[in-house]
Amino acid sequence: MTGARVLDTIRDRWYVAIPVAVAVGGVLIPLVYLLLRAFQADPATLWDLVVRGRTLRLLGNTVGLTVGVLVGTSVLALPLAWLTTRTALPGRRLLTLLGVLPLAVPGYVMAYALMATTGEYGTLAQTLGLVVPRLSGYVGAWMALSLSTFPYLFLNLRTAFLGLDSSLEESAQALGRGRWRVFVQVVLPQLRPAFLSGGLLVALHVLGDFGVVSLMRYDTFSYALYIQYAASYDRIYAACLALMLLVLTGAILLLEARLLKGLLFHRTESGAGRTAAQYRLGPWRWAGYAFAAGVAGLSVLLPAGTVGYWMADSTASGLPWASLGAALWDSVSASAPAAVLAALLALPVAYLGVRHPSNWTRVVERVAYLGYATPPLAFALALIVFSLGAVPFAYQTLGLLVMAYALHFMAEAVGPVRSALYQAPPHLEEAARSLGRSPLGAFVSVTFPLVRRGLLVSMAFVFLSAMKELPLTFLLAPIGFETLALNTWSYAEEAMFGQAAPYALTIMFVSALFVGVLLLRERATEHPASAERA
Amino acid sequence: MSSPILSVQNLTKRFGPAASPVVHEVSFEVEDGEIFSILGPSGCGKTTTLRCVAGFEEASAGTIAVRDQTLSGPGVHVSPDARDVGIVFQNYALFPHLTVRENVAFGLNGASDAERTARAQEALEMVGLEGFEDRRPQHLSGGQQQRVALARTLAPEPDLLLLDEPFSNLDALLRQETRQEVRELLKSKGMSAVFVTHNQEEALSFADRLAVMRGGQLDQIGTPEEVYYQPRTLFVAQFLGRTNLLLSQAAGPEADTPLGRVGLNEPAEGTVLVSMRPEHLALEAPETSEGTVGTVVGRAFKGHDITYRVCCEGSEYLVHTDNRQFHEPGDTVAVRPLEPAVVLESRSTPAEVPSGATPEPEPEE
Repeated sequence: MTGARVLDTIRDRWYVAIPVAVAVGGVLIPLVYLLLRAFQADPATLWDLVVRGRTLRLLGNTVGLTVGVLVGTSVLALPLAWLTTRTALPGRRLLTLLGVLPLAVPGYVMAYALMATTGEYGTLAQTLGLVVPRLSGYVGAWMALSLSTFPYLFLNLRTAFLGLDSSLEESAQALGRGRWRVFVQVVLPQLRPAFLSGGLLVALHVLGDFGVVSLMRYDTFSYALYIQYAASYDRIYAACLALMLLVLTGAILLLEARLLKGLLFHRTESGAGRTAAQYRLGPWRWAGYAFAAGVAGLSVLLPAGTVGYWMADSTASGLPWASLGAALWDSVSASAPAAVLAALLALPVAYLGVRHPSNWTRVVERVAYLGYATPPLAFALALIVFSLGAVPFAYQTLGLLVMAYALHFMAEAVGPVRSALYQAPPHLEEAARSLGRSPLGAFVSVTFPLVRRGLLVSMAFVFLSAMKELPLTFLLAPIGFETLALNTWSYAEEAMFGQAAPYALTIMFVSALFVGVLLLRERATEHPASAERA
Repeated sequence: MSSPILSVQNLTKRFGPAASPVVHEVSFEVEDGEIFSILGPSGCGKTTTLRCVAGFEEASAGTIAVRDQTLSGPGVHVSPDARDVGIVFQNYALFPHLTVRENVAFGLNGASDAERTARAQEALEMVGLEGFEDRRPQHLSGGQQQRVALARTLAPEPDLLLLDEPFSNLDALLRQETRQEVRELLKSKGMSAVFVTHNQEEALSFADRLAVMRGGQLDQIGTPEEVYYQPRTLFVAQFLGRTNLLLSQAAGPEADTPLGRVGLNEPAEGTVLVSMRPEHLALEAPETSEGTVGTVVGRAFKGHDITYRVCCEGSEYLVHTDNRQFHEPGDTVAVRPLEPAVVLESRSTPAEVPSGATPEPEPEE
């Protein structure tokens, strides 16, 4: 393509060029700036900073935690997904809900709950007199992250189980394989794409996590970055750490894309109209219930109970209503504009992807995921360095925080708008055009009313995600800004579990709303009203 | 005769400057009040042609004029909303967020609310859908949706109506009935229409005139009878139904064919391929007939008539007879042509086409 044609394309699609420029520029420019700043340092110094034992240890810890959490989430998610899709277990719907509900417990709240349960002053010690060492380090971080992120894998595996072609299993059985071997040789291999996409989400969460590793004091790239930022602010070293974290994230994305490519190539179009046979568990069903109860107890009841327990403690000393109100207001004042901005950026990107699908527009859609995949701590640091160096008036402003939220969560806004656009096929706009409407008039009178619901869902997603966001808020919030997430984290960090409880409770309430929106949407896509099929 | 309502001259459309044309130098005219059909297999460019007329696609070359006003031409492209051309889509494209009445009133811009409602009502009565005004289109049956789409397109009284496979989403029973109704409606309103389809039966029964399109070009334009009985090319002969192909030696008005000496529809010389529809052949008793003797190899009884497969000198031919003629497979019969054979144009007739019945056309979705 020549330069002139590129210019023409941009002029024709200016409505997409602007958000794409904002999304790409907003994420890439600060990162490149960070890179340039790091390379300003003396190469020898740089070499010493990067090539040393500590880097290796950080890398080992980060990768070790990621792998550990991947195993942990698989152990939790796979049996639960199987139980809820492939067995005739009564109460499967409730179990499904239990597999999704942990999404309402952000990692740092889970870490807070684990810390507040164990240890000399923990709930266990106070109620049962049972003193266990307070959870921290690898085990603590591993538990908190596994328990709070396994729903991502659960949802992917569940969808995959439901989409399995039962005839494959039946033919394997007819060929003389026992149930267990059918599962290992036929079912598991078909679940690989779901494992990969769910696992990628889990891995991105672990790499981007800051709340859990800082509370559990486990030495990963994120934690080291936080220490650099909070204590000895060595700008060059912090930039190096951020860049190494980015490289690690990039490597995982590439690995996933490579593995997935080979798999999708082999997948045939699934025309399976039949639902797979459901196993009757007989007496084994009690084992199923016990497993589900264990998972739910640790991932939902434990944090809820802990927060409730410390809430009582906090209520006794008087609830900090003023501070709670201020934190809620600050959270909303940053999250609401971010939600609107993210939806506005997502609309043209989704529109282009749905109406003009091509390799080029797939790249544009990928751009929306760029901000999502970038570890938030590294992104926030890049934004700080960039704003200090290039646009000092923006440093520590609400505007910068809103921008960061919008770029980070834009990916969550694209999905609902895209599904809504599929409900508004291009023929509708063409019909409106031939009935005398201008291009803009046709969009406003026909397409916009049809995607309005999708836009609202997008905004709800981004709003609720931003409400519980921690690392971006931690680094970018204006001075004196206190959000629900910040307060939960900082009280928990100082082991002031009672003080943290009201904020944690509010966060869990907001997150429960998020799960509610998610479930409503799932239901809408799973069972479209028969009237809408037309 | 007055000037045509639609005139398409040398229309060419390519997607991308280097791409081969999807529509190549297509020319046709539609008279006032005429129903014109473009018939062709999927991917032949018929829908692209229609979309050029509607203005959704910009013509790469050629002109499109409605009532002598140029809509597309060198340096001219009137946008779809400024054309007095209505279109009914294959999937009807009814607005799901509007009621039936709002859908039909959508194109009535610039009128008062009362007038819009009245005219929408009128259009709905015209298609026999009074009583459904406040429903959402999703709650109507396929046939009713189709009529709403038609009412919505007709309400602004466009100069020209475009129909893109409008009956293909209806089940077979409803399709025939709806087709008849729509044709009567258009005729009673004196509407001019261009209608695109891949279904030859639909084109033959619905159109006043039709054009057969293949590979971006029109092979033949004519009345249904002309195109069916006097196909110009092998493609047209095959696409409009099964036929018998005969590789023949022509000498002026007659030719020697594998079925004997036959008159031709037009004089020709040398080796030619001619077409003979199954209903233009007759079966007779071999003892008394001058026809070519063959053996019955198959019989398909269809109630009102019978199709025989007859083998003559190694080739199979199809013969339609009425249901009073009865032969068993294995019977010896004589095949006699009843009408002149049709000479197919040499451009598309490779000499290696074997004589005999053409295969069943590929069913389309």
